[in-house]
Amino acid sequence: MTAYLASLMVFAGINALLALGLNIVWGLGGMINLGLAGFFALGAYASALFSLRLGWPMPLAGLAAIGIAATLGTVLAGVTARLKGDYLALVTLGFAQVIQLVAANERWLTNGTDGISGVPGPWRSVLSPTQFDLLCMALCWGLVTVCWAALARLASSPFARVLRAVREDEMVAAVAGKRVLWFKIRAFALGAGVSGLAGSVYVHFNGYIAPDSLDVLLTLNVVLALTLGGTGRMAGAVVGALLLEALTEGTRFMGGVVPALSPVQVASLREAVIGIVLILVLRLRPQGVLPETPRAMSLEPEG
Amino acid sequence: MEGAVLAVPAIGFNAVYAVLRFANFAVASIATVGAYAGWMANTALGWPVAPSLLVAFLVAGVVGVLADEAALRPLRPSGALTTAIASVALAIVLENALRFLFGNDPRGFDLPVYRDWRGFGLHVGPQQVRDAGAAVVAMAALFGFLAFTRAGKTMRAVADNPMLASLKGIDAVRIGRIASFTGLGLVGFGGMLIALDTQVDPLTGFRVLLSIFAAAVVGGLGSIPGAVMGAFLIGIGEEVSLLVFPATYRGAVGFLAILLMLSFRPAGLLGQRVS
Repeated sequence: MTAYLASLMVFAGINALLALGLNIVWGLGGMINLGLAGFFALGAYASALFSLRLGWPMPLAGLAAIGIAATLGTVLAGVTARLKGDYLALVTLGFAQVIQLVAANERWLTNGTDGISGVPGPWRSVLSPTQFDLLCMALCWGLVTVCWAALARLASSPFARVLRAVREDEMVAAVAGKRVLWFKIRAFALGAGVSGLAGSVYVHFNGYIAPDSLDVLLTLNVVLALTLGGTGRMAGAVVGALLLEALTEGTRFMGGVVPALSPVQVASLREAVIGIVLILVLRLRPQGVLPETPRAMSLEPEG
Repeated sequence: MEGAVLAVPAIGFNAVYAVLRFANFAVASIATVGAYAGWMANTALGWPVAPSLLVAFLVAGVVGVLADEAALRPLRPSGALTTAIASVALAIVLENALRFLFGNDPRGFDLPVYRDWRGFGLHVGPQQVRDAGAAVVAMAALFGFLAFTRAGKTMRAVADNPMLASLKGIDAVRIGRIASFTGLGLVGFGGMLIALDTQVDPLTGFRVLLSIFAAAVVGGLGSIPGAVMGAFLIGIGEEVSLLVFPATYRGAVGFLAILLMLSFRPAGLLGQRVS
């Protein structure tokens, strides 16, 4: 039971990291990134390969994962940052699909659809499974706390102020002399890097990564977590990830309630619930549990 | 995939975009709905391809309009991006509804197999000719609808200038429904054509989503002739890519085409809207 709860908390933590990453892009910058699964995959595969093939220690492999995800994020943002919302949604979703294609087909690198197993985890060999899960929970939430604190600080910085201005009205931000494109690219790259970190945490905890776990549903889960929690506030991302975990675990027990359902049917219902809840939240409470509070405008000079 | 077959769902996607002004990601699952509907008509009722295609069109159109009314229309005032995100959620819901009803097993159509026609050193599959023919008929029907019927002309008016159309007393909600029905019906029709060539399973539509997007973006979002042109270019591109890349990377051709197009001419070949 302890191990089960601890592993739930690890997955909640991974979703919290992804939601924090998305919050920079969407919450602050008003751009959508439906390619989260792609950046997550880049981080997971990079971390797995660097630690398995090259024998890099996990923290270093994690940094490499962040770097690679952020680099591709920069490239993708460079091409698309001038585009409007729905184009960006389309391109980023396509990006994630291409990453999934590459992961499934480049057998020499990724072992194809069989995936990579035996990825090292922190002290996995010397700890009992329960101890390992508890340690991972502590490490994962340690990382969440660090990212949360850093991003909350960032959210009150001049950088985030410009991003919010870009979100509200690009033209005004540009007229105020801000290099809109450059701000968007940096936000996108930062968000991609955090998603890569989440992938790295996932693969070292799980020990295994395969392309079929990287589909649109992963991205949709994170969009739901962030919308539930409230876009724009970093606490919203974390709270949303916890709510999402409660929701997905709550639906796990649906199978027991209606015994006539096959496992595939139960699995399909659980996935459908994610979609339905997202549509309902967008309709009924788009600002989430913790809405972004508009700051009071002060006419007095600051300080 | 052949350009003619790809053109049908791409037209459907662009028809919805032209009138309702949002990228409807639910087309992935609507195509699958059409594939299952046609498959049911073909295997459970024993109908041949042509009437099964009509069933695919009608079922996908009705399911599409109902899903749009329930899930997406109330969100449209919140903006195109919110609606697009909700449409991804809708795609997942529909995909899983199909999985709930039919399971994950791949299904095939119950059809006679024809020998390839040979001549001039070429092999031509009669099935491919039939599918391309069906696609051309569907496109001709749509162009006829848009050019000659009152509803079709009104749809073009709304796509062209929604403000002016509403001043003229055109009911935007009703036209939106007609656009959803014809557009998503065509997506279902195309979904069955794709399934005839591959297989029917809950992800049939998702696997070609990237190609549909690519055709729509290359041609110009919202442009129906553009979708046809884009689909043929993507179809040819995917075939040519086979000379260089393994067949599994066909889908990536679409993504490359999207990136190139957006870098050099974001409005697409025949699109007017510049982002």
